[in-house]
Amino acid sequence: MKNKSITKSLIGLVSVAVAYVLIKILMLPQVNVINPFYQTIVLKMFIDITLALGLNLITGITGQFSLGHAGFMSIGAYSAALFVMKTSDSLLNVLLAALIGACAAAFIGFLIGIPTLRLKGDYLAIATLGLGEIIRIVVQNVDQNLLGGAAGLSGIPLYTNFEVVFFGAVITFIVIRNLLKSSFGRACIAVREDEIAAESMGINLTNIKILAFVVGTFFAGLAGAMYSGYVGVIQPKDFGFMKSIDILMIVVLGGLGNIWGTVIAAIALNVLSVALQDFAEVRMIIYAALLVLIMLFKSGESPLFVKLRRIFSLPKLKLSMFSKK
Amino acid sequence: MEQFLQQMINGISIGSIYALVALGYTMVYGIIKLINFAHGDVMMIGAYVGYACVALFNIPFIPSMLIAMVVCSILGVIIERVAYKPLRNAQRITVLITAIGVSFLLEYVMMYFVGATSKTYPQGALGAGKLSLGALSINVEQVYVITTTIIMMIVLQYIIKRTKLGKAMRAVSSDQDAAQLMGISVDRTISFTFILGSSLAAVAGVMLGAMYTISPLMGVQPGLKAFVAAVFGGIGSIPGAMLGGILLGLIETLVSAYLSSSYKDAVAFAILIIVLIVRPAGILGKNVREKV
Repeated sequence: MKNKSITKSLIGLVSVAVAYVLIKILMLPQVNVINPFYQTIVLKMFIDITLALGLNLITGITGQFSLGHAGFMSIGAYSAALFVMKTSDSLLNVLLAALIGACAAAFIGFLIGIPTLRLKGDYLAIATLGLGEIIRIVVQNVDQNLLGGAAGLSGIPLYTNFEVVFFGAVITFIVIRNLLKSSFGRACIAVREDEIAAESMGINLTNIKILAFVVGTFFAGLAGAMYSGYVGVIQPKDFGFMKSIDILMIVVLGGLGNIWGTVIAAIALNVLSVALQDFAEVRMIIYAALLVLIMLFKSGESPLFVKLRRIFSLPKLKLSMFSKK
Repeated sequence: MEQFLQQMINGISIGSIYALVALGYTMVYGIIKLINFAHGDVMMIGAYVGYACVALFNIPFIPSMLIAMVVCSILGVIIERVAYKPLRNAQRITVLITAIGVSFLLEYVMMYFVGATSKTYPQGALGAGKLSLGALSINVEQVYVITTTIIMMIVLQYIIKRTKLGKAMRAVSSDQDAAQLMGISVDRTISFTFILGSSLAAVAGVMLGAMYTISPLMGVQPGLKAFVAAVFGGIGSIPGAMLGGILLGLIETLVSAYLSSSYKDAVAFAILIIVLIVRPAGILGKNVREKV
């Protein structure tokens, strides 16, 4: 039993190393498969993976529908950017900045989570949406000299390189994967499946929900910290409702509660956005249509969708947490 | 004091637009328990249809508004039939995500066709000039907005309380299965709800467009605000949506006049969260206990 898990971890480590070396080789100027333009996309991809994994823990695994993830990302982005701008962009400071960004987001997530996580289902979705907007408006107005108001912060040192995002995403993945296998992860799934049953088995609903929310927002903050060193200019409007939907889209496309799915969906959506880079408006239309079609395909009840599902032999999406009572 | 009254009038006029949109949210939520995220975008489509009629085809304002109402009703029914009906027994999250998808679809399809730049209605489309009432001066626009809203609300109350279809709506929203057993066509009633909601949204859209500017994303913020208004008044309750809309408009205007205009939007969401936490049923909503 013990040996098996050690072998598994070893396999995991080796595959991470292989992936790292592989991408690095593809990035070499001599090989030039991933040219500098594609490199920026690869960086964005890993940031997206980090963001979406955090949201998947909250929404997919614990079943608490959050539409304010971008707000927490902005907290991470701003605090990390400020820290690096006030100190320097040495490696130690960058790591510290990432940690500070993540912790700041997690702290706000904790404060916000206590009152809001009492709500359920679509009410929670709307409340988190509102909170995301409040965070954006507060950031925009609170201290114009420090946070730059609507114009945001510019001239942030570009400290984010491939290593930062790669290991950021890998650490996020490992942490969430291991959490999922722990008693905490099983409690999360229990909360998602049936709150009353979970509570009667002795699970403290509030603690589990808040903990999941804090961990999820921690990674949102981490992703935000990586993001500000990646773009160099951050503005409150980058972290609006639309951004939250972008992240939700990755989680939904990959399958709620499925962490490998999240990774694949983040890659797929970034590839799609590169493929459609000349048609920016069309891209959003395709995204939106995909969202609707996937939902109809997975849970639609008209004969067409039932037949389609049978052809692809997919089970009907089952998340009993959102079932009608 | 005059300034205060002036602000009250501004608040009531923007609040009545929120109220019109909020009615659509509350009726749809009352009947199929769905937050119809696309509702604000139906309003946007209404504004564009009105713009096309007024600015391009030189149709007078009131007929343009009626055309917008018809177009939006058809759009509302199509959305309901294509996107929501197949999911009627699905999980709530699925339908909510679908609604978000529909909302984005409308926004970006519109952006593809008309471009992202904002447009303005011809000057004085909704009446120009000011009425002076003592020291107060009221824009004619505002008078029109408030009167139209009042007329719409009376018509809506009449439809819901006095007609057969209204009775069917109330029956379906209180118990879908029982209503069906009594011979009410649930599908048709739900479509009718979407017709009512979407045509009210069209009215709001045309008026909002005539007062400010129109753009493909104009529906997002008023849509969210109107949803806040619906929750504030008690979601599912029609008088609640009216009251919630007007109160929200008033609070917003007063905050931006006396405290800080930059926090205007935050106030709406703060109200939402406080209401959800303290009294989820809203001002006029019934408190329903959850059964275990």
